[in-house]
Amino acid sequence: MVMASATRTNRTTRTPAPGRHPSSLASLWRSSVGKKAVMAVSGLVMLAYLVAHMLGNLKVFSGPDDINGYAHWLRTLGQPFLHYGWFLWLARLVLLAAVLAHGTAAYQLSRRDLKARPVKYVHQRQRATYATRTMRWGGVILGLFIVWHILDLTTLTVNPAAEEGHPYQNIVASFSTWYSGGIYCLAMLALGLHVRHGFWSAAQTLGANNPRRDRGLKLAANGLALLLTAGFLSVPVAVMAGLVR
Amino acid sequence: MNLTLRIWRQQGPETPGEMTEYRVSGISEDMSFLEMLDTLNEELILRGERPVAFDHDCREGICGACGMVINGQAHGPERTTTCQLHMRHFDDGDTIDVEPWRAGAFPVVRDLMVDRSALDRIIGSGGYVTAPTGSAPEAHATPVPKEAADLAFEHAECIGCGACVAACPNGSAMLFTAAKVVHLNVLPQGAPERASRVRNMVETMDAEGFGGCTNTGECATACPKGIPLTGIARLNREFLRS
Repeated sequence: MVMASATRTNRTTRTPAPGRHPSSLASLWRSSVGKKAVMAVSGLVMLAYLVAHMLGNLKVFSGPDDINGYAHWLRTLGQPFLHYGWFLWLARLVLLAAVLAHGTAAYQLSRRDLKARPVKYVHQRQRATYATRTMRWGGVILGLFIVWHILDLTTLTVNPAAEEGHPYQNIVASFSTWYSGGIYCLAMLALGLHVRHGFWSAAQTLGANNPRRDRGLKLAANGLALLLTAGFLSVPVAVMAGLVR
Repeated sequence: MNLTLRIWRQQGPETPGEMTEYRVSGISEDMSFLEMLDTLNEELILRGERPVAFDHDCREGICGACGMVINGQAHGPERTTTCQLHMRHFDDGDTIDVEPWRAGAFPVVRDLMVDRSALDRIIGSGGYVTAPTGSAPEAHATPVPKEAADLAFEHAECIGCGACVAACPNGSAMLFTAAKVVHLNVLPQGAPERASRVRNMVETMDAEGFGGCTNTGECATACPKGIPLTGIARLNREFLRS
């Protein structure tokens, strides 16, 4: 097979002992394939949340009472087993864990990837699709957007209206400013691209892909990306167009 | 055909290299890319210069020894090995960039030659299949389903040329490792070591300094043997179930 070359640079390589492996989460995290699986699962958790979030957002079109009532209902969910607001905090905890796992794995894998190609090609060629090439920076942009989004509509720190318990009024106030609407729209386009490559990639990483499913999974990824982006964008666009006020 | 070549010249693993320009004339379009380089090397030898070092062996597209990045593409513009790439795919007067495989795990030995023994060590860590020695076993003793046989053959086509690593933006050897793992893991003969094989090979792959897979798909596009990208999904599944 591979021709044995005359000279070998002296690099020591650890040859693993055959057949003896502790089956644990730690060993999963240590391998590149395991880290990718963590990224895939955490990504899918966030994706499931985004679908629910987007559908909830659409209530803005049925008036202030509807969406404000929905926001209140989210806090009463699980009562009396859970206290008021606990369900929301549990969801936030899961999401925080997902974001941290996703980001940490992405950072560590990216460092490893960049180190694996220390000398670049002189003749550079456009590689892969736009969505694939923007995964890393797109992810960073989405991370920064999440911080802004929480400050805007959860803690209401930067919200112009900042009326606690009245999301409808806060949404309208926020998207009435050009910068808030602009940031939101840009972030949603980045989200669409991220999901487009991410969903299919997650299926591939978790071993769910095969030649028969490949086309379907790519279509599903594109559909999901389009649906999420369109759904999320409809709210700021409607506010800026004066349809929701 | 008259061509301008810009070739990566590097004396040894520790010395810095650079792109050097050469002109070759009288190239026939029926020549293979390697024969074109042979022509250049003959001229260099006559001029008393050091010829360009590159790996080659069978020149039939089946051994996996040759390989270079031509105009930014592993094995050049056609989906084949460099020895089977013919000059008719270039135009008279073209400038062609020729570089070695670029990966941290593939140190340059000289010019266009890289050390790909990291791939051998991945195979080595996979171990052997448990097979009885002695006389040939009865042919029907171990039935192999048609689907498994086809899948194994498809992945066994890998010649270990390393084009997947060279094409991958992350210098990842996932397609190569997938080809080796799937080839043995789908067959009943490879079943007893199924779990340890995939774990050991992935561990060696990581230890050799190859990057991870970002599902870019460049590897499968560059592969002269058409190993499918879905093979990586199968490798991931084998790894996770182990």
